[in-house]
Amino acid sequence: MTDAERAHKIQMAAYRRQSRLAPRRASQIVPEGTVSGNALTIVIAIMSFLACLTLGAVTLVRDASRDWQVDILREITIQVRPIEGIDTDAEAAKAAAIAETYRGVASAEVLDNAENARLLEPWLGAGLDMDELPIPRLIVIRLSNPASVDLADLSNRLRAEVKGAGLDDHRLWTERLQTMANVTVVIGASILSLVFVATVLNVVFATRGAMASNRDVVSVLYFVGAEDGYIAREFQRHFLLLGLKGGLTGAAGASILFALLSLVIAPSMAPAETDQVSALFGRFAVGPIGYFGALGIAFLIAVMTAVTSRLTVYRYLADTD
Amino acid sequence: MIRFENVGLRYGVGPEILRDVSFHVAPKSFQFLTGPSGAGKTTLIRLFSLSLKPSRGLISVFGKDSATLEKNELPALRRRIGVVFQDFRLLDHLTTFENVALPLRVLGKDESSYRADVVELLRWVGLGDRMHASPPVLSGGEKQRAAIARALISRPEILLADEPTGNVDPPLARRLMRLFTELNKLGTSVVIATHDINLMNQFNARRLVLEEGRLTVYD
Repeated sequence: MTDAERAHKIQMAAYRRQSRLAPRRASQIVPEGTVSGNALTIVIAIMSFLACLTLGAVTLVRDASRDWQVDILREITIQVRPIEGIDTDAEAAKAAAIAETYRGVASAEVLDNAENARLLEPWLGAGLDMDELPIPRLIVIRLSNPASVDLADLSNRLRAEVKGAGLDDHRLWTERLQTMANVTVVIGASILSLVFVATVLNVVFATRGAMASNRDVVSVLYFVGAEDGYIAREFQRHFLLLGLKGGLTGAAGASILFALLSLVIAPSMAPAETDQVSALFGRFAVGPIGYFGALGIAFLIAVMTAVTSRLTVYRYLADTD
Repeated sequence: MIRFENVGLRYGVGPEILRDVSFHVAPKSFQFLTGPSGAGKTTLIRLFSLSLKPSRGLISVFGKDSATLEKNELPALRRRIGVVFQDFRLLDHLTTFENVALPLRVLGKDESSYRADVVELLRWVGLGDRMHASPPVLSGGEKQRAAIARALISRPEILLADEPTGNVDPPLARRLMRLFTELNKLGTSVVIATHDINLMNQFNARRLVLEEGRLTVYD
């Protein structure tokens, strides 16, 4: 064996040993960590964040409007107007007794003078003598099952049997509220669709931009005899991972923001500024649909990124041929 | 092996870059493709490597008419043709070893099945100690040899090299040429595009001379 052959043998053995001891991961065929790739990840993260925020806001408004309607429907009021020569208290008690006989009614409570005074305090000030004012008596009826109460029949009986009585079932108010809530949800859904379209277009164009910088890679793979499917698969995998990274980052950001807001705007620790928000949304909490939706958006964006890269590769290869 | 018959090529509605080009590259042959800059050498190489289709005429590659080739037949044919580009076209994010192994990797082969072959070829072209370096740190000559090794690793039946000695000094150019003649002796047809007359004069080989889009063959 010559010296050169011996040296070659030693070097090959060293190389084999090195390969065995430290199995080096083969580099990805599509370069990682490029400027255009990082820019695409950031664009995807931002678009995913915005889409998740919109989805969260829409679910929040939808849940809140449902809560408002349920709360309002669970309470109705009977008003007994004072009439000269009639004992209003006795009429109010009679009205309460009639109401309690109905199925679906949980309780009927006549508000006393002190409670009436408290209701009027913002307008008339404190220290009112209720006996001197012709204030109607209010009976608050709480419903255990709003659907089963025959409100029309109750209203007719009250008008017939109790003097000065009228039933306020908040129907008008509920209908208006429902219309408003529905409009809000429709507007929210429209904004969500626009954000989705913007996300899709942004991701498509950003992916095509990132692909443009990889044209050399595609052309080299093409010349060394790679099948179109192989080239498309390599790019699809790379862009799927990139899309998942960006999409999940955006979704995680939005989820953390939801969680933080629900903590900050919790009713127990609500400062004066958050009263308005609490009044509107009750507990500011995005439901599971918001969180799962955010996850769904992240995966959808990743799939879109991968599909766009695949189509771009095929288009480029078709042009090359 | 590769036959051109009355091939003409124009880009869009522009003038014809190649006119009535006819020649044949026989198995185990060695030839130079030459002509002044801009004569159409690179375009001819692209026609050879099936990345362009002629505007007219017939190109037959390994007995198949290039006009009637199905898209899915191209990769297999391309693997039988090794191309060394003028600008090397190495991928900067891969090591020299990975660049050279690329034609085998895209076939889905496992690295352990071709590692020894790639290492041996890298040694043969004098890059045994540079296999873990990436192209940006290689010299022009080293890149050239890496590009040649990549073209050879899948044992092509024909090697097309576009100005393979254009970026290297004369001693290295002679060394690369020895590499090509050795390869030819082992049975590979070689076509070298160059405009270096001195280099061609050192070899008694067939010359395909392109001038103003027309080809003349000097056997």
